[in-house]
Amino acid sequence: MDLTELTVHELQKKLKNKEVTSYEITKAYLDRINEKENEVGAFVTVTETEALADAKKADDEINNTNDNMGNNNLVGIPIGIKDNLCTKGIKTTCSSKMLEDFVSPYNATVVEKVLDEKMPILGKLNMDEFAMGSSTENSAIKVTHNPWDLNKVPGGSSGGSAAAVATNMVPWALGSDTGGSIRQPASLCGVVGLKPTYGLVSRYGLVAFASSLDQVGPITKDVTDCAMLLNVIAGHDEKDSTSYDTPKIDYTTSLKNDVKELKIGVPKEFFGDGIDKEVKDKLYEAIEVYKELGATVEECSLNVAEYALATYYIIACAEASSNLGRFDGIRYGHRTTNFSSLKELYTNSRTEGFGDEVKRRIILGTYVLSSGYYDAYYKKAQKVRTFVKQKFDEQFKKYDVLLTPVSPTTAFKIGEKKENPLQMYLADICTVSINIASIPAISLPCGVDSNGMPIGMQLIGDRFAEETILNAAYTFEQKIKFRENYKPTFKK
Amino acid sequence: MAKEDYELVVGLEVHAELSTKTKIFCSCPTDFGAEPNTHICPVCTAMPGALPVLNEKVVEYAVKAGLATNCSISKDSKNDRKNYFYPDTPKAYQISQFDKPLCENGYIEIEDDFGNPKKIRILRIHIEDDAGKLNHNEFSGGSLVDLNRAGVPLIEIVSEPDIRSSLEADRYLKKLKSILQYIDVSDCKMQEGSLRADVNVSVHKKGEPFGTRCEMKNMNSFKSIQRAIDYEKDRQIYEVEHGNVITQETLRWDDMDGRTYQMRDKEDAQDYRYFPEPDLVAIRLSNEYIEKIRAELPEMPESRKARYMAELGLSEKDANSLTSSKTFSGLFEKAGEICKNYKAVCNWLNSDISRILNEKELEPEQIPFTAEHLASLVKLIDDGTISSSIGKKVLDELFENPRDPKTIVEEKGWVQISDANAIKDVVLKILEANPQSVADFKAGKDRALGFLVGQAMKETKGKANPKMLNELFLEELKK
Repeated sequence: MDLTELTVHELQKKLKNKEVTSYEITKAYLDRINEKENEVGAFVTVTETEALADAKKADDEINNTNDNMGNNNLVGIPIGIKDNLCTKGIKTTCSSKMLEDFVSPYNATVVEKVLDEKMPILGKLNMDEFAMGSSTENSAIKVTHNPWDLNKVPGGSSGGSAAAVATNMVPWALGSDTGGSIRQPASLCGVVGLKPTYGLVSRYGLVAFASSLDQVGPITKDVTDCAMLLNVIAGHDEKDSTSYDTPKIDYTTSLKNDVKELKIGVPKEFFGDGIDKEVKDKLYEAIEVYKELGATVEECSLNVAEYALATYYIIACAEASSNLGRFDGIRYGHRTTNFSSLKELYTNSRTEGFGDEVKRRIILGTYVLSSGYYDAYYKKAQKVRTFVKQKFDEQFKKYDVLLTPVSPTTAFKIGEKKENPLQMYLADICTVSINIASIPAISLPCGVDSNGMPIGMQLIGDRFAEETILNAAYTFEQKIKFRENYKPTFKK
Repeated sequence: MAKEDYELVVGLEVHAELSTKTKIFCSCPTDFGAEPNTHICPVCTAMPGALPVLNEKVVEYAVKAGLATNCSISKDSKNDRKNYFYPDTPKAYQISQFDKPLCENGYIEIEDDFGNPKKIRILRIHIEDDAGKLNHNEFSGGSLVDLNRAGVPLIEIVSEPDIRSSLEADRYLKKLKSILQYIDVSDCKMQEGSLRADVNVSVHKKGEPFGTRCEMKNMNSFKSIQRAIDYEKDRQIYEVEHGNVITQETLRWDDMDGRTYQMRDKEDAQDYRYFPEPDLVAIRLSNEYIEKIRAELPEMPESRKARYMAELGLSEKDANSLTSSKTFSGLFEKAGEICKNYKAVCNWLNSDISRILNEKELEPEQIPFTAEHLASLVKLIDDGTISSSIGKKVLDELFENPRDPKTIVEEKGWVQISDANAIKDVVLKILEANPQSVADFKAGKDRALGFLVGQAMKETKGKANPKMLNELFLEELKK
């Protein structure tokens, strides 16, 4: 039996029944990394020694606690972490030359939570530099390949996390989503990804890209694992003022395999000309599945995607231009050796340390916040943001869930869009409005296209309605059993 | 035109460090004077991923300051980022308040140059974080960054341009300082940088619109602020008189040279790209919260002054100087209560103690002795143990090496001679040694008595009871 083929809830049962040890599981994943990492390139750092040591400690704990392991106990289950989440003692590079050798002096709150569960960390996962991008091609560290076709991108920015989960190099992973960075790579790699409601998960220790949009979330093999990992990371954090104090929920209890009471809205504007026909067709099939399962499905109108995309790139770049100011070569990170004044120290450190896309967004963001342009761009974008929120609110008076594509296309070729930023930005057209509206959405596979590439479906919920979208996704997953029918082929 | 034909317009931006125990966005201590970079954490050093959490005490202190300066308190306020690069600013932005400050539209009452009451309006008070410090290394030529101060809470108090003279500016600052000390939100130590003021100065011909203003920085004492304003006023009048145009610029005051130098002109004016701080939530205050703070405010200088005049019979001048500083007023009340001679305590504070502070260039809060010491000094004089001239020597001693005045007097052997026989011996000795003075006195020259008393004092090293000396001399001379 290959342990890496199993989901976490399957592994957890085996651990509980003492059929396997954490050490065996962790070792199996490390072996898989050794076997596949060369082809896929999902990791920035593999922490083999630490992971095995932590697995041994977890086994000791399991042996000492006898039979009292509850259903929610995740002791000994390994995990992969996106490389923009701070890990004490392990490099946190954000896949940037700027932070190539940076080791954080503290753990992100979500990392603390993972460590509190005694979950061995397998390593840090590749991403677009500072989470800016939709293909992971903006990584300054390495190229990540899509396990379904190695010539294609895994999506981004959490491309390393999604590819690692799809390749079974990690049982699950943490990603971050500012405009689709969890959902789009999950979609392109045929795995499950959830962007929680803004404020459900602490951002403390998540290296900030756009503070009002960033959210940490799970990337998993199936919906049950997704609910389990959300259980670990959700909750108020006094270190993050924007995190909400919500009652503790066991999200796995929401997985009822029943959508008979569910009302699904299908916003027609998300199925426009820019969306690939094969993607649309597969989603129309998914709609039929939901109808079969007893859900009410209606077409509706939600004309926000285009405005949301423009708004997104203004707000995200504005916040990024300020958030990335701290990378100045003074206290940590890359410092140029070529300077004779303070200004040169700043300019050359940042010129050398940042990649093109990061620079592009800093320039855009600086521009939209400049005096004389602030009202026309940033202030207006904030107004549109309120408008987008209202439009979603209207829909959630009628529907429990909105169903849309995640990505306009399946995974594209490496290099295909890299030189065309606007094309690349359009990859986010279906996902950014969810961040703009601060609401949750899940991406799950609903089939493959004619090339065998996975197609994702996005289920969007109202604020803090994670239970609703998790159940909707779970019920669909139980019906079509994607993981049993399709596997990555590592096509070259 | 003459200088008198011009009017000076001054506005002040005062930064006061709040005396909260911890920093504004993290729980590092705010104590001054620690080893460099020992009061730091991921938040105040701006490590990647660290987030600010607003210290509620900072809001409370700022609201106190707003209420004490007659501001209206905003129930819906927020923080904004002010973006700029400098090594003492680790985030590359300061978290300040832009368009929704916590406090607005207040005023402070001062006296103008002619002693008439005048209100100086306060435009706004907002909260923000202080920057770190750069320690320039003279030997290596490099600079070292100390981030202990980064994140210490500040309030910025911005006045309207209502000030018309350097004296008014000085009075405004002293009043503001005393208010902030009274309500215990800042220790206002200029020498430690916990109170700093930037000054905006312009001049215009009387009856004409305001001139272009220049901003002055780097004044380290109230005195240098006054000097800088006077200098800048003269400079601007000179420029205008010579047909030159005043341009908006930022100037650095050089206290040694007694003049200003240009720091940056308008072209260099930074675009701070303010925008709402997305890492923090709006600051919403309830009426109850604001009223609770109002109810807890201590007695302000104005009302103390009135009380001193009405209940203790002090003159307005005396009451004014006592209440100008919380330390003075505190010493006055406590020492007065112990020794029950408020008038005497008032005199000590307003004359000799003030004089010594001036000579030593000390602030009232640097007074080394306690109210108990001061009360004891007054009592020693009142009960005749020492004379008031010895009292002055005791005071000097209190500044040098503070301890109980009783001990000082005993150690130094300064106890007053009130033994009638001992004094009579001295009187007789002096009379014998000065026959001419005796003759003068008998010839009607009353002044001779003063001379004789003085000689007796000299003989006893000031310890003789002056009242008894007088009486005994008269007794003997009239024999």
